[in-house]
Amino acid sequence: MSTIIGVDVGGTFTDLFLFDPASGAFRTAKVPSQRGDEAAGFLQGLATLGDVTAFGAIVHGTTVGTNALLERKGCKLGVITTAGFRDVLEMRRRDRPRAWGLWGNFTPIAERALRREVPERTLADGTIREPVDLDAVRAAAAALLAEGAEAVALIFINSYANPANERAAAAALRAIWPNAHVSVSSEILPEIREFERASTTALNAYLQPKVADYLERLEAALASQHFTGHFHIVQSNGGIMSTARARATPARTALSGPAAGVIAAAAIARAAGFAHVITGDLGGTSFDVSLVVGGETALAAQISVDFGLVIRSPMIEITTIGAGGGSIARVDAGGLLQVGPESAGSRPGPVCYGHGNTRPTLTDANLVLGRINAERPIGGALARLDREAAEAAILAHVGAPLGLDAATAAEAIIRVANARMAGAIRLVSIERGHDPGEFALLPFGGGGALHVGALLRDVGLRAALVPRFPGITSALGCVLADVRHDTTRTLNLDLTGLDAAALGRHLAEAAGATRAVVAEAGLPLTGTESVFELDMHYVGQTHTVAVPLAGAEVTETSIRNAFEAAYGRAFSRLLPGIGVRILGSRVTAIGRRPAFDMAALGPPATGRTTPLEERRVRFEGAWWPTPVYARLDLPAGHVVSGPALLEQPDTTILVEPGLNARTDALGNLILERA
Amino acid sequence: MTPPDPVTLAILKGRLEQIADEMDATLYRSAFNPIIAEARDACHGIYHPSNGDTLVQGTQGLPIFVGAMSFAVRAVIAKVASEDGLDPGDTFLFNDPYAGGTHLNDFRLVRPVFREGRLFCWLASVGHWLDIGGNVPGNFNARATESHQEGVRIPPVKLIRAGRMDQDILDILAANSRVPQSNWGDLNGQLNALDLGQRRLDALLDEYGAATLEGAWSALLDRAEALMRAEIAALPDGTYAFEDFLDNDGITDTPLRIALDMTVEDDVLHLDFSRSAAACAGPLNIARATAIACCYVALKHAFPEVPANAGVLRGVRFTIPETSLLNAEAPRPVGGYTETILRVIGVVFGALAKADPSRATAAPFGTINALSMAGARADGSRFVMFSFFGGGLGGNPEGDGLTHANNPISTATMPPAEILEAAHPVMFTQWALRPDSAGPGRHRGGLGAIYEIEALAPGTTEVFLLGERGRFPPFGVQGGGPAALNRFSWTTDGARWQTPPLASKIVGVELPTGGRLRLETPGGGGWGNPAERDAGAQADDLRHGYVT
Repeated sequence: MSTIIGVDVGGTFTDLFLFDPASGAFRTAKVPSQRGDEAAGFLQGLATLGDVTAFGAIVHGTTVGTNALLERKGCKLGVITTAGFRDVLEMRRRDRPRAWGLWGNFTPIAERALRREVPERTLADGTIREPVDLDAVRAAAAALLAEGAEAVALIFINSYANPANERAAAAALRAIWPNAHVSVSSEILPEIREFERASTTALNAYLQPKVADYLERLEAALASQHFTGHFHIVQSNGGIMSTARARATPARTALSGPAAGVIAAAAIARAAGFAHVITGDLGGTSFDVSLVVGGETALAAQISVDFGLVIRSPMIEITTIGAGGGSIARVDAGGLLQVGPESAGSRPGPVCYGHGNTRPTLTDANLVLGRINAERPIGGALARLDREAAEAAILAHVGAPLGLDAATAAEAIIRVANARMAGAIRLVSIERGHDPGEFALLPFGGGGALHVGALLRDVGLRAALVPRFPGITSALGCVLADVRHDTTRTLNLDLTGLDAAALGRHLAEAAGATRAVVAEAGLPLTGTESVFELDMHYVGQTHTVAVPLAGAEVTETSIRNAFEAAYGRAFSRLLPGIGVRILGSRVTAIGRRPAFDMAALGPPATGRTTPLEERRVRFEGAWWPTPVYARLDLPAGHVVSGPALLEQPDTTILVEPGLNARTDALGNLILERA
Repeated sequence: MTPPDPVTLAILKGRLEQIADEMDATLYRSAFNPIIAEARDACHGIYHPSNGDTLVQGTQGLPIFVGAMSFAVRAVIAKVASEDGLDPGDTFLFNDPYAGGTHLNDFRLVRPVFREGRLFCWLASVGHWLDIGGNVPGNFNARATESHQEGVRIPPVKLIRAGRMDQDILDILAANSRVPQSNWGDLNGQLNALDLGQRRLDALLDEYGAATLEGAWSALLDRAEALMRAEIAALPDGTYAFEDFLDNDGITDTPLRIALDMTVEDDVLHLDFSRSAAACAGPLNIARATAIACCYVALKHAFPEVPANAGVLRGVRFTIPETSLLNAEAPRPVGGYTETILRVIGVVFGALAKADPSRATAAPFGTINALSMAGARADGSRFVMFSFFGGGLGGNPEGDGLTHANNPISTATMPPAEILEAAHPVMFTQWALRPDSAGPGRHRGGLGAIYEIEALAPGTTEVFLLGERGRFPPFGVQGGGPAALNRFSWTTDGARWQTPPLASKIVGVELPTGGRLRLETPGGGGWGNPAERDAGAQADDLRHGYVT
């Protein structure tokens, strides 16, 4: 009953990873995903792994919320706000989509006719200026229901400072609302800035019916098969939560799928001896980069899902640039070669797919240079790739305008794309003060392994690490992710004269409450730790710095020292003599999961080390005879020197001249400078 | 100087922009006043050592500064040439609008970067400080007739001399503001940004060397020039005239004409403002540097693919008579420059719409609405609340204009109501879309907004407004209609609402506790014949109350 199954539902395939901590055994499964009916692939995949009643826990990284956001397919949403403020969601922060150019528009997720106002007012200092009119709340709810609203968001001005009016309204609303889809701003995000709070709360409500319906269908199907274990969801912050919590806070699942991948990447790298990792996920249209320092993933405070759609909640920080396999290469009017952000995606896809695109892409350049096997495309959907068409497209759109032959032009496309990917890596590493020489680059998913060698050299990284099974990284992450719960609170305290004992009590209480939520998950844990942070600034500033504390026991002096250290890391100048304020606290409980012994994924003791074939591959202006190896056959300790290509069903790894590729004891491939 | 290969060039372009972007972010996060921290009224960049040309600019910086900053750097270059030279570790500070463009609130910090013993380039930072003395808190003095009534003017001075901060200058600055601590915090934020930029640039120079970077700059400028000239050459040759009006100068209620005769000749654009009004008595004048900067902004919006650097203007010629209100010299007041440049940008859009109707875009709301509220809190401490406000953008061939956007001169967001209420004794009673504010059209304009604010301070709250579009609405194009006029009103007793005699400009309105003001902003103009508007879109407009 201790078996844990990780399930990653991707756009094309659903990957599953079964792990039995008792025996250390694992199994994987891959079944096609069904877009729009993700539950079907999920259950079909489970069936291939055996008897559902024997499973102890299922942990799921989902993209249902992500897709509903990106495709604007949430629910019909009603909003109830303070009188005078129903348009906050539509007015945003008075911004526009792009710095240059004045076209473009915005459609709010709750239309104006479904945003209702009620009399009530709380002031910035928490004073209740006008109590909430509960009859008006009920009338607004009735009107929204009559209009067909499926969920409702309750957003009162200044409710971060005093939630009393909002709580009273929430109770009245929940008493008559026919379902559980009620999102309340002081519960979802008790922080100052009405637009960010309103947007997060509204997006949460917008997702509630869809995510709840999906999870209920899965739970019902599991129950019908007599599954009695725990069912959990990966949050955007990389921790896991119960399905009940996921139904109440679906905004926290916005990056559930990618977060699981980053978690696994961190664990794989740690096991391989790399504490600092940059993960890179090269898809059809984008390159997603994340930073893991000392085994911990970096978190961002908020994301913009799209223009005007902000979710403020800690999430794995993913930096995305528009450079993927389908990114289109062109020469602009100024004579500069550009790759992306425009993309042919996976449909029609690169020219070589033969689905009608005639403009060259990054994949076409890789094909022309011999780096992709035209006869054995990855994924199995296409029989072969059209190299001649790719070459003609590159010559026409890049070679001719720049006066280059097709092969040289293809190399230029790769260099520009690599430079853009390297820029994304620098953005998350060097630009934040990290030395790239301490980091390994870890590609997950199938696309990145052709480029890691070049990136390793361009950025000056320590190594690149290709996991043994890149395709199952996210499913593995579901099995490894810690249980995590955090709570934030607005404090607004002056540091000078602080009642440190009272603050300490609050931190300790928050630690107890969050640990209790972690314990409720019912999963085996090796321990639970608490992380304490204060948001602080100099009086007069509006932004804050996150100040880590050693524990719940604090004094005015220990907090001041911690603040000055954190401020000094962020900025060059302290401001002695100016007062310091504590705006809020954030307490996180992290339940550590039992380690998975990566050795289970290890390579064979012996295997074929001779090449399958030899291909001509272009590097730095010349064609090199390049041996092609079966990657999964290579035994531990075996070293392949570049140039070489290593093929496996879900990826191709390019080892450039001057690099060595070593298979480690865990089956990872480590690329290093020779 | 050999330009780097195209690939290295692309890489360096990204690296340099990242440096400027990170300088922007550093200031936003460490600034004190919400106009920088929340509304991002600031800009950073890298400038040519001998002529001050903009080499690299942050992608988020305020567009008007992008055009104006090179004039600021030139002012410092002139100062260095005339006086005691330049050393590593120097940093200049100034706010002189006649030398660097814009207005007195915009403090510029300019720092040399040395390499191998010679000046390699300049780093500069500009940010809008909350208050710098003068007759009106926040410095938007609609009644000013000379610069000295608008605030304190600082010429380029060495704030930091070879690494050592000049305390005397800090003391002078502190003594001349209603909110010295806020200015001190913003100054440190700008220094944080320069420190960071210098570190990043040094690292980039270590990696690539000075010659490669210089080659890259020169190539990037050439490229911007080539792209802009290609855009100009695509316009049909000819002269296109367009004019619009400012309500008044804040002193006399007489409209001020802003007229442009734009001539396209092959790949050269000639912008002739000769028919515009002469310099005025009130604060609606702008310096020549500002006029050129805002034309740059207009062209960048019209042709967003062209990169932001000095190369953009190489194919553009200007005629701005010395007597024009677009060519003001000291001590002509310039505090309302924000309104005048919006009208200049508008006429550039209008003339371009005639040259290329396929890209015609109706006028954006076109007023900054600089509103100050000042007084004392219950504990006696002084407050100055200052903000700009939003409105609608113009309808365009692609669709309706954006609702509640910022102005073209700005990427600035707006401080949230909760931030303003937490910092000042005010309460917003309305923060809403303004029905019927958009210009009708096949694609209508975006909507403007209604902001209503109640004074909570125990004593009198003084109110100052410098706005426009109270007499001349944002225009439509291609048969689209104009948007609603800007409207400001206030009440001291909750019953009788008053409006300013000069439409959108007033100083010293006194609100008692519980008094309210209301600002109703214009939408954008409409695009195309309103009769051709999609029936479903018309029904939606009515159902949502966008149109009543």
